[in-house]
Amino acid sequence: MNAIGQLDRSPLQIDSGMLPRPFVVRSRREEMSDCVTLELAALDGEPLAFEAGQFTMLYVHGVGEVAISISGDPAVSDSLIHTIRAVGAVSQALCGLSEGDRVGVRGPLGNSWPLERAVGKHLMIVAGGLGLAPVRPIIYWALANRDRLKSIDIVYGTRAPDQILFAPQLLGLSTTDGLRVGMTVDLADQDWRGQVGVVTDLIPSMLREPAETVAMVCGPEIMMRFTGQALAAAGVPAEEIFLSMERNMKCGIGWCGHCQLGPHLICRDGPVFPYPAVRDLMSVWEL
Amino acid sequence: MTDGNIKSMPDILAEHPLFAGLDKEITDLLGGCAGNAHFAAGTYLFKAEEPADIFYLVRSGDVALELSMPGRGKLVVDTVRPGHAVGASWILPPYRWRFDARAVGDVRATGIDAACLRKKCDDDPSMGYQVLKRFLPVVAGRLQSTRLRLLDLYAPPADVGRAL
Repeated sequence: MNAIGQLDRSPLQIDSGMLPRPFVVRSRREEMSDCVTLELAALDGEPLAFEAGQFTMLYVHGVGEVAISISGDPAVSDSLIHTIRAVGAVSQALCGLSEGDRVGVRGPLGNSWPLERAVGKHLMIVAGGLGLAPVRPIIYWALANRDRLKSIDIVYGTRAPDQILFAPQLLGLSTTDGLRVGMTVDLADQDWRGQVGVVTDLIPSMLREPAETVAMVCGPEIMMRFTGQALAAAGVPAEEIFLSMERNMKCGIGWCGHCQLGPHLICRDGPVFPYPAVRDLMSVWEL
Repeated sequence: MTDGNIKSMPDILAEHPLFAGLDKEITDLLGGCAGNAHFAAGTYLFKAEEPADIFYLVRSGDVALELSMPGRGKLVVDTVRPGHAVGASWILPPYRWRFDARAVGDVRATGIDAACLRKKCDDDPSMGYQVLKRFLPVVAGRLQSTRLRLLDLYAPPADVGRAL
């Protein structure tokens, strides 16, 4: 301990979990008016390996930090892909970054989707709105492992046809053998040839063998709550349904408790949870 | 009754998810009110404010439920898929449709004469109860779907910790 009035010249000790690594924006792609995808590259050249479902804490210098899911291909580690919607000060600053700008990155953090559980089974991916970003790594993995899966079905719901995330990719996937894409929007004009309604309406008709299905779900919590109910009601075993939960994350490593959901800290114990672990908690409004 | 590859109307009704599992006696009665219908893409099954005299059980193709809004054109508020029923306004007075129903692609359906069915339900309340038990989930499902969409779940949140 240093005495009062004396300088402590030893290096500042920062826990490695709280220390951001410097990254640079390699490319920026506008997905929608309020949503961009950033490709980041590590300035130290050390790739950031991650698993599907994990997130990072992105730090905009002078603004702050925010938790963002990784939306890229887990098999490609030389770049880090995040899809970000401008909803708060930090995410707005992230969306405003340009090629060459620098950010800090902590992570990868959290657990991952249990992809191997889907091997030999039907994989159903259900996403709502921007929830398609955290499940996109599953899609990359599933495409690379098609011969190990019975089938791949993607069910996607969003607000309107002009707010379909990754629209060209989704349309491209719909022509892939053994893969079906079901899309529905809340409201549309007559030019829209797809479905109008809630995402849960599509589930019964798209399930092939419910008892042989593993479902991975991400979207607004109420959407996930009703999707979990619909999947279970259609015969998908509850323990084979997985949700990516969202809460107000601050530290990202289980220190601060901001993202607590009942007995769980979403950043440390999640964000991916088996449906039975969170089913009852989702209907407790105090949480 | 089936003659070769031609299915009788009660058999067709019994195969539709809405009426699957009903007593044969009831599907036979329903069959007396039913007929086949085909709508080419873009044509209308019915339009808002018309009498709700025939409703449809969709066998193939999608049906868009629409409403015209001044300045915004026609908006699609729901899609009815194969295996579901188009129209519930035939159940209660004033028996008039509330929305337009447009065939998105080619639609094959079973049309049911609503006045005929209402009379049979009135004459045989037990049958009427069975029929209503099949339609109540349809109405409840649409109510739930509407309530969920009222929440505008996919709208940008004012502030969230993880911006997904």
